[in-house]
Amino acid sequence: MASPTNHTPTDMTALRDAVATGTTSAESICAGMLAVATERNPQLNAFHEVFAEHTLNAARRVDTDAKAGRPLPPLAGMPIAIKDNVATTLGRTTCSSRMLEKYRSPFDATAVERLAHAGAVVIGKTNMDEFAMGSSGEHCKWGPVRNPWDYSRVPGGSSAGSAAAVAGGMCAAAIGSDTGGSIRQPASFCGIVGLKPTYGRISRWGLVAFGSSLDQIGPMTRSVRDAALMLDVMSGIDERDSTTADRPPTELSKTVDRPIEGLRVGIPRQYMSDANDSEVNAAVNAAADAYRAMGATIVSVELPLTDVGISTYYVIAPAEASSNLARYDGIRYGHRAQLQPGEDLFTLYARSRSEGFGPEVQRRIMLGTYMLSSGYYEAYYKRALQMRRRIKQEFDQAFTACDVLLGPTAPTPAFGFGANSDPLAMYLCDVYTVNTNIAGICGVSIPAGFAERNGKHLPVGVQLQANAFEEDRLLRAARMLERALAPTTTAHVAHS
Amino acid sequence: MPDNPNSKAAALTTAQVTHVAKLARLEVAPERIEEYRTQLAAVLGHIAQLDAVDLTGVEPMAHPFESHNRLAADIPEEGLSIEAVLMNAPAVEGRFLAVPKVLAEGD
Repeated sequence: MASPTNHTPTDMTALRDAVATGTTSAESICAGMLAVATERNPQLNAFHEVFAEHTLNAARRVDTDAKAGRPLPPLAGMPIAIKDNVATTLGRTTCSSRMLEKYRSPFDATAVERLAHAGAVVIGKTNMDEFAMGSSGEHCKWGPVRNPWDYSRVPGGSSAGSAAAVAGGMCAAAIGSDTGGSIRQPASFCGIVGLKPTYGRISRWGLVAFGSSLDQIGPMTRSVRDAALMLDVMSGIDERDSTTADRPPTELSKTVDRPIEGLRVGIPRQYMSDANDSEVNAAVNAAADAYRAMGATIVSVELPLTDVGISTYYVIAPAEASSNLARYDGIRYGHRAQLQPGEDLFTLYARSRSEGFGPEVQRRIMLGTYMLSSGYYEAYYKRALQMRRRIKQEFDQAFTACDVLLGPTAPTPAFGFGANSDPLAMYLCDVYTVNTNIAGICGVSIPAGFAERNGKHLPVGVQLQANAFEEDRLLRAARMLERALAPTTTAHVAHS
Repeated sequence: MPDNPNSKAAALTTAQVTHVAKLARLEVAPERIEEYRTQLAAVLGHIAQLDAVDLTGVEPMAHPFESHNRLAADIPEEGLSIEAVLMNAPAVEGRFLAVPKVLAEGD
């Protein structure tokens, strides 16, 4: 089935407007994307489940409303993919884990509820690194996810399937979750926009907990204005999550196209490492040049604690994970092992968990358990929490000299399968993204260029960060850059 | 109270890994203990860089924002139905979760 949306960079806002003005129908958009999903998912493995009938029925209802002249909500008929650690009553919520392979949520996450209320349609659930632990999309019970730009490379992770689905033309937009870079890094690897909002912006109710003081749901989209639109729909206080900020929903769609006069862009000296691939630093420099041409001021700032971010993160995140994942005991829900006669309750817990969790999840649970165990708590966990305050103070200091920070999202473009099979090497890929979560501020990755590897064009993203609850500034600055770089970033298309 | 995490990381023993697996309620095959020990020791060795920074007097920060308790109004609400709670249970007997016998004979 032909569709104007196939493999094109048309963003959700344009599709939404086309439906609202009657230029196209929601059904033709959804049918087109379902056709792409049918064609490409066997290779990409972005989706674990696709809800074709549900999507088409919902789209037809939108078209009926449009024909009758009824007012359409902001995301009417837009097919949105949901990462499989976000609870949906539709289909399963597996976290790409054997532990939850049959799990059906009795409720929808608040973010999903709000998307549905805005007229969006859940087109499917996307594959991920198990329990959101990973930076490649390889640690998935349902098989590795592939990068739409080059099937021999990873899409990044952990929101691997969401990134591949957006970049591969299989949905209008997606949501992911970001604990240490899991939205931004796959967005960079797949050539899309990925926003990690400020901690507390979007309710975590219905997001399967990994690191509760770090986790945040966010949009993964084809444009900055789409990210603004989705944040507007999903943000705001939620009585069911007491860590949501007591602030009204954002209204960034109204301002995102407005450039910022006198913008000050800070480039942390520590981000421009020689260890980054040359195309990564080139993309950051090109972005800086574009900002200069728009009249912005570029300032050099210092973030000396950039390097200790990984160490801080790999104490806090596993500690919180070991505690959060203690709930999977094989009793109330999740995988339960079969016992032999005479085996005891301890064996039921331990075997259920070891059969249900993959190796990376077990590694992180052990790491967290060790660091929280008697005698080690002060040396690891308390020290990491002290470092967390220092990292936050360092950002606060940097934001006195600039409005947004510019730097790489990841040190490299997408790498090949198995290239980071050593766990520590994989952890180090997150050096530019973890501190955003540690400090609870906001960050966005947007496409900024390409690196050529073996005749394939691989997207390279750059990251902008802004202080807590400064998403308006962050996305307006991102939109300025997106517009300036468009001739470069739209030069190639993801079709592998 | 151990003094230096760096020396602890280097000294991580298979016995400690076995103990941690037990604390974490994980059943790790004996032939995989050494692999986990090597991987965990590498990560702990890296984390030891936290020791290089003077953190004397820095107040620990458990949460990105200094949040205070937000209490919900004390109004009864409908919870999940029994059917919803049981729909994911690995084993059910009537309206109850079924579990294997916990107490051994004579306990």
